[in-house]
Amino acid sequence: MNKFYQIWKKFGKNFQEGGKMAKLSSFYDAFDTFLFTPDATAKRNGSHIHDGRDSKRTMILVVIALIPALLFGMFNVGYQHLLATGQLAAISELTCTLFWKAFGFGALAVLPYLIVAYVVGLGIEFTVAQIKHEEVAEGFLVTGFIIPLIVPINTPLWQVAIAVAFAVIFAKEVFGGTGYNIFNVALITRAFLFFAYPSSMTGDKMFVRDGATWGWDGGLVEGYTCATPLTQMATGTPVSQSFWDMVNGLVPGSVGETCIWAIALGAILLICTGVASWKTMLSVFVGGALTAFLFNKFGAENNLVAQYPWYMHLVSGGFAFGAVFMATDPVTSARTECGKWIYGLLIGMIAIVVRVLNPGYPEGMMLAILLMNAFAPLIDWCVVQVNINKRAKRGGVQ
Amino acid sequence: MLSQKTKDTLLGPLNANNPVVVQILGICSALAVTVQLKPALVMGIAVTIIVAMSNVIVSLIRNTIPMRVRIIVQLVVVAALVTLVSEVLKAFAYDVAMQLSVYLGLIITNCILMGRLEAFAMTNKPWDSFLDGLGNGLGYAIILVIVALIRELFGAGQLLGIQIIPESWYAANGGWYENCGMMLMPAMALILVGCVIWAHRAYNDKEGK
Repeated sequence: MNKFYQIWKKFGKNFQEGGKMAKLSSFYDAFDTFLFTPDATAKRNGSHIHDGRDSKRTMILVVIALIPALLFGMFNVGYQHLLATGQLAAISELTCTLFWKAFGFGALAVLPYLIVAYVVGLGIEFTVAQIKHEEVAEGFLVTGFIIPLIVPINTPLWQVAIAVAFAVIFAKEVFGGTGYNIFNVALITRAFLFFAYPSSMTGDKMFVRDGATWGWDGGLVEGYTCATPLTQMATGTPVSQSFWDMVNGLVPGSVGETCIWAIALGAILLICTGVASWKTMLSVFVGGALTAFLFNKFGAENNLVAQYPWYMHLVSGGFAFGAVFMATDPVTSARTECGKWIYGLLIGMIAIVVRVLNPGYPEGMMLAILLMNAFAPLIDWCVVQVNINKRAKRGGVQ
Repeated sequence: MLSQKTKDTLLGPLNANNPVVVQILGICSALAVTVQLKPALVMGIAVTIIVAMSNVIVSLIRNTIPMRVRIIVQLVVVAALVTLVSEVLKAFAYDVAMQLSVYLGLIITNCILMGRLEAFAMTNKPWDSFLDGLGNGLGYAIILVIVALIRELFGAGQLLGIQIIPESWYAANGGWYENCGMMLMPAMALILVGCVIWAHRAYNDKEGK
């Protein structure tokens, strides 16, 4: 390692002022700080707080937390494909060969999305950093990892590329880059796809890879339906999956959102390392459960979604994934501790309200989080003002 | 041929003093009528004619208008011209008139019109006012056409109703392409106007150096 470090630093001389590749210094800098602790750190005196966790390390932690969901998602993509093509009838028939076949198929199907998201997104990030003579920000590490997990597996890659470019430029760079964005960039990517190419994002065929991948398989069984639980409800058919089906995640859906166990693993890591706020996560679930419960009690009798049990709402669609990985985004969520409760509760409530009352948008989580992203600064402002007023009153200041 | 002042009056609004991207006026109609190129063109021409004519008329009577009721007088002039134009459109281009629907009538309250009348026609001679109106109308029309061009091309694959993107590219016909539905939404028009402003500023900053 030491030897590599020396070679790397020697190579880095080219990028310093006056070097051969001085113009590309932000490229070098990005990889340098990614691989090693930065040379330029605050001096060990004065009142600085010293912590080895800079934002790059934080981002890596989130990526690690996402890995279980990604791996399971890969398997599930393949598994759903095997079901759809009739090579497998139930999970109990899964053999070792079929498992690896499913996983391999899923990996080949998911990897291109990961590559496209990173190439397009990082390409724009690096270009902007060069133009503005800034360091390359690390925010896209997580965004690029989340994007493949939240788009349907049949979305054409060129559409994903356009959506990523749109989101990175218009949701992030125009606001000033990482840390200044108002909206969650990965969700903007999904929202763009949703509104720009609705035919790739809705319907009952979108969440199971039906065609061949790199020449593998293809051909659906006649009459096979791949509708997700939420789509089934929106189209007025009773949900065929049970609660435990959904928790185990072997149902059609976006790649990363189906398995609650995998998401829970990620959530535990995020909470233990203090990267994401447990308050936001918990309050999203509480808000969602409460609203769904009220709909169960007082909603219209003949509305399938309103009568969908509240505990089912929490495990179906992207609710859990959104609550754990999207609502807790430190940049776009509320920052005050009290504000996090309000922010989370409202996300949960709005998500269920959208699901129940608007069958055109079976997945309310995306819209709920984006809407609350816009209101997060207002919530923070109100919380701070209330506190200021309270203290002013206590101190007798008018 | 033209003096420097005349040139500035006529050509200034096309670039450096553009009503849409610099003065940020008339955004509302720019978002509403730019889904397709044809209504945008017609709207641009209609506004150009109306601004130029009303500028001339108001400039001619500027010394006789009592200051206290000048807005009402200006409105009467504009309203008369808008009615004329919309009747002509209904007679000769009924489809487009229907597409523009309420926005044709709303030219009356278009901020560009009132702005030019108040800021220019009330204090300048008829010929200069005419050039100013022409320039501002064209400046507005240019932005409308740029935005409508992008929206119709990528939103519907057409220009002026003629299919530009080959039918065989579409997913429905076995290809890979799909129109971008986002382009048909007003939100995208706002973003596109933003992009035009971005490009315009970047270009002018470079010129300024």
